[in-house]
Amino acid sequence: MSIQILMPALSPTMTEGNLVAWLKKEGDSVVSGEVLAEIETDKATMEVEAVDEGVLGKILVPSGTEGVSVNAPIAILLEDGEDISSIKVDIQSPISNNSKSPQMTPEKIEAAVTEDVSTISNVTPSNGNATNPRNLSVPFSTNKNDDRIKASPLARRMAMHAGLDLAKIAGSGPNGRIIKADIDQFLSDGQDSEAVVSKSGKERADTQSKINYEAVPNSGMRKVIASRLTESKQSAPHFYMTVDCNIDALKLVRKELNEKVEGTKISINDLIISAAAIALKRVPEANASWTEEATLLYKSIDISVAVAIDGGLITPIIKDAGAKGLQQISSEMKDLANRAREGKLLPEEYQGGTFSISNLGMYGVKEFSAVINPPQGAILAVGAGEERPIIKDGAVTAATLMSCTLSVDHRVVDGAVGARFLSTFKGLIEDPLTMLL
Amino acid sequence: MTNSEYDLVVVGAGPGGYVAAIRASQLGLNVAIVERESVGGVCLNWGCIPTKALLRSAEVGHLLNNLKAYGFSADNISFDIETIVQRSRNVAKQLSSGVSHLLKKNKVTLIMGSASLKKKSGDEFNIEVLQEGKKYLNLKSKNVIMATGARAKFLPNIVPDGKSIWTYKEAMVPNTLPKSILVIGSGAIGIEFASFYNDLGVDITVVEVLDRILPAEDIDISNFAVKSFEKQGIKIKTSSMVKSLKRSNGKISVQIETAAGSEEVSVEKVILAVGIIGNTENLGLENTSAQVSNGQLVVDKWGATNEPGLYAIGDLVGAPWLAHKASHEGVICVERIAGVENVHPLDPSNIPGCTYSRPQVASVGLTQKLAEDAGYKVRVGHFPFIGNGKAIALGEMDGFVKTVFDATTGELLGAHMIGAEVTEMIQGYTVARTLETTEKELLNTVFPHPTLSEMMHESVLDAFDRAIHI
Repeated sequence: MSIQILMPALSPTMTEGNLVAWLKKEGDSVVSGEVLAEIETDKATMEVEAVDEGVLGKILVPSGTEGVSVNAPIAILLEDGEDISSIKVDIQSPISNNSKSPQMTPEKIEAAVTEDVSTISNVTPSNGNATNPRNLSVPFSTNKNDDRIKASPLARRMAMHAGLDLAKIAGSGPNGRIIKADIDQFLSDGQDSEAVVSKSGKERADTQSKINYEAVPNSGMRKVIASRLTESKQSAPHFYMTVDCNIDALKLVRKELNEKVEGTKISINDLIISAAAIALKRVPEANASWTEEATLLYKSIDISVAVAIDGGLITPIIKDAGAKGLQQISSEMKDLANRAREGKLLPEEYQGGTFSISNLGMYGVKEFSAVINPPQGAILAVGAGEERPIIKDGAVTAATLMSCTLSVDHRVVDGAVGARFLSTFKGLIEDPLTMLL
Repeated sequence: MTNSEYDLVVVGAGPGGYVAAIRASQLGLNVAIVERESVGGVCLNWGCIPTKALLRSAEVGHLLNNLKAYGFSADNISFDIETIVQRSRNVAKQLSSGVSHLLKKNKVTLIMGSASLKKKSGDEFNIEVLQEGKKYLNLKSKNVIMATGARAKFLPNIVPDGKSIWTYKEAMVPNTLPKSILVIGSGAIGIEFASFYNDLGVDITVVEVLDRILPAEDIDISNFAVKSFEKQGIKIKTSSMVKSLKRSNGKISVQIETAAGSEEVSVEKVILAVGIIGNTENLGLENTSAQVSNGQLVVDKWGATNEPGLYAIGDLVGAPWLAHKASHEGVICVERIAGVENVHPLDPSNIPGCTYSRPQVASVGLTQKLAEDAGYKVRVGHFPFIGNGKAIALGEMDGFVKTVFDATTGELLGAHMIGAEVTEMIQGYTVARTLETTEKELLNTVFPHPTLSEMMHESVLDAFDRAIHI
């Protein structure tokens, strides 16, 4: 018996993914555990391993295919002595873009509407009694489930030229079909409507086309970054507060720790993660998320740490960081960051988290404001530790200062709460011994 | 006197009125239709249909005169004009009784008589129906559609007498065949009579005041038609006017002023075909706020007059004077009255026009000139009959198909055809226009081989520099 290899789900929420590359060719024999292909999801590239052994008989979804539905057959594995010609491939398109539930095909809806019409037109009008003819009109345009836009070819082309979104134009033709008159009407009603949005996009593209560029296809990760951060900036009312932390003491503590414990290399970042976790424990209102129904106050402190990787960034999570010691945080972070750069994080290692830290200090950035990682309520942006003049006891002196900016979703965290968190965090950083309390 | 109440009263049972009445009944309205003469109106009794019967006879005559080309021979070919006319009348009669049956089947009350509007009671019209000049009925209705049609227009110095100066009506029922006829006006009516009588061997002269015949058509059509008719022996004088008519010895001496100067023509009969004028009289419109201008009842795009509840359709409200235009206006008007959703006014550029001369002429939409004048950047396609296999097999090699597209959107702006059977083909382009197809869909449409309709495809191909057979 041949075996269908199905598109794996890399996380419980994954519905589709991109088939990046096949590492085996048709005709290659494979043994259990061998890597067959690479699959890309939102943020990670995963390897698909063979479960059974046999010969890769037929690749159904070629390398570089985007939007492959989970559980769609992607290849057929032949067992010993089987021949691909003996296998009838009868598989529906694995590409999910056009998938619709079979009950909702436009044809069926139209058929149903037609039935309604014939029923209505069969009603014999009673003479002598002025029946309200309005009752005879058929509510054609109520097929909201039918997402096919009905428009005449001419209307389609006119809309394309004018950069109009047909979905936003009401059709007055048969069965709500958009006709030329509707486009003319729409255009004469003024250009300020939102249906013209794509026009500016098109014009932009036209302008862009005069500039020399290379079009890099958006990876799954880029698309996710784009949509999540756009959602965040558009829906979460951000506000920002910055503190300067003197890290001279922290640096000293770090140096001592690294000297005392063999093979340990605790970084400033590890200490920041730890301090943030402790601060969240002391100001739990800052460890929260907004939902329409309720504000979620998290009982666990899971800190997402932004890691730059090829083509984007990813936020592996130090789970329950409030309960973990520095050494554990440090070694976990090292492992997560390494595997993140290799694209080998498991989804549950980067999906979730209750609070984020983004540290650009190593690039010499003095301070910056980060976009909240939804649905979290806050993100801490950490700048470089650098020597700056400070005034101490009435005299100018030098100290290593690190500016930290907290971006807060005002729907869940108010200014005072944010300020309490930030001052707690600053206190811990400046007096690291108190982290032990 | 009986009083009867209706949801709608339609005045005039021509192709506008009877179609409106039937549609109204389908929509559940209680409807009466008043007709003073014959059900079916001018179209059916004195226009479209009887002339097509006459032209069919002329076509048979044309074929008989060219039998040899098809391998036949016959001696002593003759015809009897009375029988030709009788056949035409029988065809009209058959169809008129058919329409009466349709009205009955659709439960439309048909009332014979002349209707006129009296003073309104509230928002209800009082319609008085006279039979032979006597009051016969009073009808009450909140809605009235006037569909009384039109009649031939006269010129100040040329008034038809029904004997030697004819309108279409007399021209349709000649007792004897005249030797010569002068046709004044080269629209569809004038050209059809010219073609009919010319095929029966009558000496024909056509006078047109404008600079070309069939002036509503694309100029390429006009130019082709002139050549074709002149080849058949018809004398055509454009940019010319009839100055005076003198009767003498059963002949009419006609003074014609042409661009080249004055000339005199002697003919047996004159057919006046210079257009038509709406039948607006004796309808009681003075009891309403409806307005008449230039012999037409003034209406909006839905057929509504200034008087609430009073509508008008068809020839009564103006050009194009076409039965199918009247029918569609009737349907649209009734659907508005009945509150049907998403009714659109009739788009004049979707109304095809046909002239059933030999060669036939058919068109829909804008001419190339009108399209260019309207600011369109156009793409134009041509395809000649000589390039079409079926046309050659039929022995009908004169004609062409022209298409005009909007170069920007690909909209089919207009189609213009001249040649055999083009009146049966124009509907293809009309469907295309009504569905708002672009050149893409037309290019991808499979036309059957071998048919004349393949020229319709080739013309589209030609407009986009893709013609195969030329």
